[in-house]
Amino acid sequence: MPPRSKLGEIPRQEMPTRSAEERRKDFKEVPTGYTEEQALKEALRCLDCKVPHCMEGCPAKVKIPQFIGLVAEGKFLDAAKKIKETNALPAACGRVCPQETQCEERCVVGKKFEPVAIGKLEMFVADYERKHSEHEDLKVEKNGKRVCVIGAGPAGLACAGDLIKLGYDVTVLEALHTIGGVLMYGIPEFRLPKELVAHEVENLKRDGVKFKINEVAGISLDFGELRKEYDAVFLGTGAGLPVFLNVPGEHLCGVYSANEYLTRVNLMGAYKFPEVDTPVIRHKKVAVLGGGNVAMDACRTAVRLGAEKVYIVYRRTEKELPARLEEIHHAMEEGVEFRFLRAPLEIIGDENDNVVAIRTQVMELGEPDEDGRRKPIAVEGKIEDIEVDAVIIAIGTTPNPLIARKVPELKITKKGTYVIDEETGETSMDGVFAGGDAARGAATVILAIGDGKRAAYGIDKYLSEK
Amino acid sequence: MGYKIVEREQWSEKVFMMKVVAPDIAKHRKAGNFIIFRLNEVGERIPLTIADADTNDGTIMIVTQDVGYSTAKLMELQVGDEIMDVIGPLGQPTHIEKHDGIVLCVGGGVGIAPLHPIAQSHHNNGNKVVSILGARDKSLIIMEDMMKKISEETLICTDNGSYGEKGLVTDMIKRVYEKGEKISEVIAIGPAIMMKFVAKLTKEYNLPTTVSLNPIMIDGTGMCGCCRVLVGTETKFACVEGPEFDGHLVDFDLLMKRQAMYKKEEHECSLKLG
Ligand SMILES: Cc1cc2nc3c(=O)[nH]c(=O)nc-3n(C[C@H](O)[C@H](O)[C@H](O)COP(=O)(O)OP(=O)(O)OC[C@H]3O[C@@H](n4cnc5c(N)ncnc54)[C@H](O)[C@@H]3O)c2cc1C
Ligand SMILES: Cc1cc2nc3c(=O)[nH]c(=O)nc-3n(C[C@H](O)[C@H](O)[C@H](O)COP(=O)(O)OP(=O)(O)OC[C@H]3O[C@@H](n4cnc5c(N)ncnc54)[C@H](O)[C@@H]3O)c2cc1C
Ligand code: FES
Repeated sequence: MPPRSKLGEIPRQEMPTRSAEERRKDFKEVPTGYTEEQALKEALRCLDCKVPHCMEGCPAKVKIPQFIGLVAEGKFLDAAKKIKETNALPAACGRVCPQETQCEERCVVGKKFEPVAIGKLEMFVADYERKHSEHEDLKVEKNGKRVCVIGAGPAGLACAGDLIKLGYDVTVLEALHTIGGVLMYGIPEFRLPKELVAHEVENLKRDGVKFKINEVAGISLDFGELRKEYDAVFLGTGAGLPVFLNVPGEHLCGVYSANEYLTRVNLMGAYKFPEVDTPVIRHKKVAVLGGGNVAMDACRTAVRLGAEKVYIVYRRTEKELPARLEEIHHAMEEGVEFRFLRAPLEIIGDENDNVVAIRTQVMELGEPDEDGRRKPIAVEGKIEDIEVDAVIIAIGTTPNPLIARKVPELKITKKGTYVIDEETGETSMDGVFAGGDAARGAATVILAIGDGKRAAYGIDKYLSEK
Repeated sequence: MGYKIVEREQWSEKVFMMKVVAPDIAKHRKAGNFIIFRLNEVGERIPLTIADADTNDGTIMIVTQDVGYSTAKLMELQVGDEIMDVIGPLGQPTHIEKHDGIVLCVGGGVGIAPLHPIAQSHHNNGNKVVSILGARDKSLIIMEDMMKKISEETLICTDNGSYGEKGLVTDMIKRVYEKGEKISEVIAIGPAIMMKFVAKLTKEYNLPTTVSLNPIMIDGTGMCGCCRVLVGTETKFACVEGPEFDGHLVDFDLLMKRQAMYKKEEHECSLKLG
């Protein structure tokens, strides 16, 4: 193994990125990926700590120093295998995980210098593997037991991937016509190319996972019947129900949930309209309400659809923005204007009920509350109108209540999430497991993957003891 | 693997019926349910009511009016062709109660198609159905025989008098009301503007009224809110909480404005039809 560099000797390798000028006009991916030389160099920055704190920050417990060591030796395919031991979707995670609050936050190098670019290396390795190797066929003896996974998002895919390796007969049911959950309908192409997700799904199919699209469990399929048909069920149905604001004017033409806006553009490909049949309106001035990843994706999508002005309207300040840092920077570079300390009061329409402005209350930060977050409070009498012709609401989503409403045995919390066992992921209903956003509310891809794996373990335990 | 069309009938210049093989949907569907179809890779997702189903041959029946690009494209398909995606049954089934008075079923144009399974269900549950079928002209009155089969009485009217009585469905409702027979429930399905005026009239008469709304939809499973409608003071997602609602509480003006939101884009898309 090549010797690791001395602390701070090599600077963190910058990821080559297309210019804001160029990328504003299309939906192609923004970073272009490390070169092999860059990956080799970045890998040398890792100190191969005896106690790797980075791993504590990774919800999937990827063996980080080990895979980076393999990268440093130029064994990129082995590095990919190492990651895949615990994370089935590295191409996605390398791109969308908030590394700055997970693995990279704990990186020792980061105490004095920039942390090792773990996410970028993960992305490089996954991309390298996709281009340079064939999927190895899975050799495993079938155990004859059948498991149904409802929802084909990261949680469901991770659960299915682990179960198939354990010999189960796995069928995944998906309500939409495409597999991937938020990875397909939510996160845009410019951040996560859809072919990467399709590739992972293809591999799962080759492993023997069966997929049935257009199946809405709970509406078009009776949940009770499903439960009887399979030995166990996993609910990975996500948190897809958009929360509206409950302010006047929410029904006006030009007001969207981020889910609608992003579904049109990503899942239905409306940015190619009229080449595809689903339309999206190309608004001139757009306000996006919220400050998370969803809000960043929506505002950058609006930029790419040709809006002249795009605003992020957020109740707190830049420091509190929950989105990934990289995405916030990208949005700023692409010309999105941030209006901090503004809370929406009303959406104003013209005589035809088209949006013309959003009225906001100017806020200031008050004392820190119990979680240490400073609460925004209204500055009395300070109201500001922002002239826009569209408003996209990205203030959160909650679990879809469809199944829980029909199956009273399934206990849910006040927030609508499934109550589950911490160790196995089992719900209050015998043989039914849950995880991902359906069990924790809107969270992250990697947590959903972790939950899917936990449930696979839980299901295996449940069915082995039966 | 797609969904095969096994029967196709042209009922008028723009209205046509298709039977599509979808055994699971045929088996599970109830009155009031709808499907969403997507023609091909580049297709949009379009909602259509399940007008009837046959569990023996596993088919569902859809009836459509060619109003724009996707319905025109659907109309081009012939027996043997396949539709790429058919998702359903979606939406809440119709709420059926045993009534002592008549159930007045009012259908406007292609709205007669979604009306049929609801009227049929009332009929099968022992309710006395009286139907009013209305349209602009004769060619748009559809499913007359199917409706007559399940109705005690069927009144037909056209705007221009080319078939049945000359007049609007509201005129027919007035007539039935004035005859004095007890009306337990009115069900009205058709263009939003028609439902609006029916609801206005039945409110005066104090008759419980159910309407089936047709906002623009995408997923049809409750994840986008594109289909949201205002019912009383509440926001409802028509795809999962509807599509049937209390007609006296629905904000029809808003529905119509939101339905017209993509007018410009729809026009652009239709240019592809040449
Ligand atoms: C726009 C956007 C951007 C995001 N950006 C990031 C990011 O940068 N980094 C990050 O880590 N996280 C991000 N997230 C969050 C992350 O995507 C989610 O936490 C993650 O996808 C949750 O995975 P899941 O499998 O639990 O659910 P989902 O991905 O929501 O998948 C659930 C699937 O279940 C299907 N389903 C639901 N109900 C049924 C039913 N009854 N029958 C059949 N199928 C059903 C749905 O159609 C869906 O495909 C983002 C989310 C959004 C919306
Ligand atoms: C629950 C439900 C059940 C329906 N059942 C039927 C049915 O059984 N038969 C039938 O013919 N139609 C039905 N519709 C309406 C049908 O979905 C629309 O006519 C269709 O979406 C038009 O698509 P298009 O691409 O052909 O036309 P477009 O070019 O998209 O639109 C043409 C015109 O139709 C209006 N329009 C677009 N989408 C809708 C919509 N979803 N609802 C109402 N108007 C719309 C537009 O404003 C425009 O004026 C139903 C709608 C819903 C929501
Ligand atoms: S169509 Fe998306 S929520 Fe109803």
